[in-house]
Amino acid sequence: MLRLQDWIRRASWVDWFLLALRLVVIGVVGSGFVAGLLHPRYAQAEWLSFIAFGLTLGAIYALIALGYTMVYGILRMVNFAHGDVFMAGAYAACFSLLGCNRAGLLASHPLVSIGLALIGSVAAGAGIAVLGERIAYRPFRRSRSLAPLISTLGLSFVLEYSARGMFGAQNKSFPSIPLIDGNVVLMGFSMPRTQIVVVLAAVLTMVVLTLVVMRTRIGTAMRAVAEDQDAAILMGINVDRVIVFTFALGGLLAGIAGLLYGLVYKQVYFFMGFFLGVKGFGAAVLGGIGNIPGAMLGGFALGLVESLGPALFLDGLGVDSPYQLRDGIAYTMLVMVLIFRPRGLLGERLSTVRA
Amino acid sequence: MPSDMVEASAPAIDLRIPAQALIGTTLAIVGTCVFVVLVGLFGQFASRALVVDVIDIGHALMLAIALGGGAALTRRIAGPGAVLGGLLAGALAGAALAVLVVATEAANLRWMLVSLTPVTLHAIGYNLPLLQATALLAAGGGIAGALGALLACLPERPRQAFCGMLAGVVFAGLLHELIANLLQDFHSLDDWMFSYDGLLPTGAVLAAALGAVAFLRPGRARFARLPSAARIGVGLACLLALLALPALTNDFVAQVMMLVCLYTLMGMGLNIELGLAGLVDLGFVAFFAVGAYTLALLTATGGVAVAQLNFFVALPFSILAAAIFGFLFGLPVLKVRGDYLAIATLGLGEIIRVLVLSDMLKPLLGGAQGVVNIPKPSLFGLVLGTPTLLFYLTAAMAALAGYCAWRLQHSGLGRRWLAVREDEDVAQALGINLVQVKLSAYTLGAAFAGLAGGIFAGMVGSVFPQSFQLLVSINVLAILVVGGIGSLPGVVIGAAALIGAPEVLRDLGEYRYLIYGLVIIAVVRLKPEGLSPAAIKHREIA
Repeated sequence: MLRLQDWIRRASWVDWFLLALRLVVIGVVGSGFVAGLLHPRYAQAEWLSFIAFGLTLGAIYALIALGYTMVYGILRMVNFAHGDVFMAGAYAACFSLLGCNRAGLLASHPLVSIGLALIGSVAAGAGIAVLGERIAYRPFRRSRSLAPLISTLGLSFVLEYSARGMFGAQNKSFPSIPLIDGNVVLMGFSMPRTQIVVVLAAVLTMVVLTLVVMRTRIGTAMRAVAEDQDAAILMGINVDRVIVFTFALGGLLAGIAGLLYGLVYKQVYFFMGFFLGVKGFGAAVLGGIGNIPGAMLGGFALGLVESLGPALFLDGLGVDSPYQLRDGIAYTMLVMVLIFRPRGLLGERLSTVRA
Repeated sequence: MPSDMVEASAPAIDLRIPAQALIGTTLAIVGTCVFVVLVGLFGQFASRALVVDVIDIGHALMLAIALGGGAALTRRIAGPGAVLGGLLAGALAGAALAVLVVATEAANLRWMLVSLTPVTLHAIGYNLPLLQATALLAAGGGIAGALGALLACLPERPRQAFCGMLAGVVFAGLLHELIANLLQDFHSLDDWMFSYDGLLPTGAVLAAALGAVAFLRPGRARFARLPSAARIGVGLACLLALLALPALTNDFVAQVMMLVCLYTLMGMGLNIELGLAGLVDLGFVAFFAVGAYTLALLTATGGVAVAQLNFFVALPFSILAAAIFGFLFGLPVLKVRGDYLAIATLGLGEIIRVLVLSDMLKPLLGGAQGVVNIPKPSLFGLVLGTPTLLFYLTAAMAALAGYCAWRLQHSGLGRRWLAVREDEDVAQALGINLVQVKLSAYTLGAAFAGLAGGIFAGMVGSVFPQSFQLLVSINVLAILVVGGIGSLPGVVIGAAALIGAPEVLRDLGEYRYLIYGLVIIAVVRLKPEGLSPAAIKHREIA
């Protein structure tokens, strides 16, 4: 009660405006939610398919968010080009699979082909991420200013339009892989096999990542540098190597995300990375930037909200074709988190205050 | 150290370092050339002559890469060793390129890399048989590499003269259509310098001479000693000549210059937010869109339009609407800083685009079909229908807005913006009202973009959501970075360089964004204060 009175006494009109904004958002979402519940439009199977799709999308967001969160944890910088590292991974996976298809390997040994695509996408992701660090990050590591932000924005454009020039402006289609196409029936519900594969693969990747970060020497070094860079140097940790490793690890995860995205959406496009990268950053902030479990949670949460949101509360409000606003929901959530809870759901694991 | 010892050790240095530096430089030259071929830049320009029957733009680009490689070598090797190193590195790179072409032709990678067409691959070796192509590429690369190293070693004046000659030829060769158009009244000069295909060798000589003069600027010191009235007079004469250009040439020039003015307007707006108040805004295009839609809805005939006002009556409403929108846009993000602010504004801008495109707001804004049938601006019965007249309208508005921006920058509010940019906490401690100062930056910055949006709608005659993509925000940001953040002349220079130049080089097409990216990285790394730095040094960049 005292805190409330205190708040009212200190609050400026801006605080009142932000409170009103908060209430409006809660009101809109809440009323839509209630209205949607009163007039149910979708069957249980449809809800389950929304959830399955949300988890699939969320798994991809989570993998991208991990790259942001690890780099931010160590360097306190946003890597605008991270989405394009993801794009590079997707292209590499696509061309690996197309190459296997040309050689007939995809038909005879589908698992080997997918393995080759995985190697290709991981190599491309890690390679581009390390290259990006060298070109657009290392020169600005000591500067606390806009320079790294602007240079990675430039790098992002270089990567996008290089891909456009090299691989063409049209969408590239993934070849179909009979092994993971089609539907499976699970506990009475039918769902696409790719979605199960993607979620399982992403979860497995996250388990391995957690082991690497928590159990290996280099993982320990990463955590030490994130905690306190100067102390880490004094302990004899080679910070340059840790930073390059972090970029490589983030790029590797983005590469895997690219492959999985391609398996789900069946096509790649040179501009696909930018906005997916922004959403991945949103997921990282949602979970608490610098926080690895947070990025995983944030990714899945964002994916679920994006996939369930239109059906859950936009339909109830009587909005025309609510699926057009799916991206709008994701961005609104991103902006709301940045404004109202920049610490995220699990809190950021940063020792110093963010500038 | 005694001088004889230096001389004694010099040959040893020359022989020892090249092995390392040589391989690095050769690989860098080959890698860059391969990149240029792979992304298709080479193929795009291989068929266009820089100087007719002498060299095409694609190969000129490769030679420029070798030149740069040779120049960079002087940082690792001193003196004559670098020239030799440049020669070797360039020649090796040329030969390696020829071998790579043969290997690529055998591998047939076109299913993956769309730009590796047989035509392009043949063009790399000048359509010659392997042996001759290798010899020619190696010779060209070697000469360019050696020249690059030599240039970097030369004293300042000769180097400037030489760079001026190269720049003159490149300028005249790239812009041959435009210059030929300007010269069409002087038939003999035009025919002597240009043919239909481009710059003639005779014209190249003249362009080189003019370029050298432009770079050396003889009489510079005497000009500086002239009374200031005379200097202002010369400046005004240059400005008038520039303003007369669209009327003297064709509609295309007018259109390009109008676009430059439009982006200058937007750049001035973002300069208030980012350059003065230090607020990153990647959703800037939203203000432009608000201005354009307001004007469209107020002036268009039929459809979703609400009134049929005159352009000049509606324009203040565009500015006002954008300013109000900027105020509302700035409110929620007042407490967000740095990288988070960049992402938050990006998100806000995208929300606007998604909403405008959606069916939900279609009855109000027309959805993906946009608003059409906006009449051309008319002033007292005179319809400003031609690009030239529209350019003068835009230029007048830009001049007016520029004056406002200049006054704002040097007002008390401008100084408060600067204080907030330098350090928010200190500024607040000094009694500056952060909320007021930040909101005024968003509001006024948005007003400039709203003016640009209104003019854009009147100029194009229709408004579609597709015109307001994130790329516009990035373009404006790039203009600021290249011109120098916080500097008004920098905005004009940046807009001319990033909007005008790619428009004039029509073949550049979508590659302009690739070049933007490269230019942004290069400027932030090499010249963080921009081409025309702001008078007050600040720490936003660097």
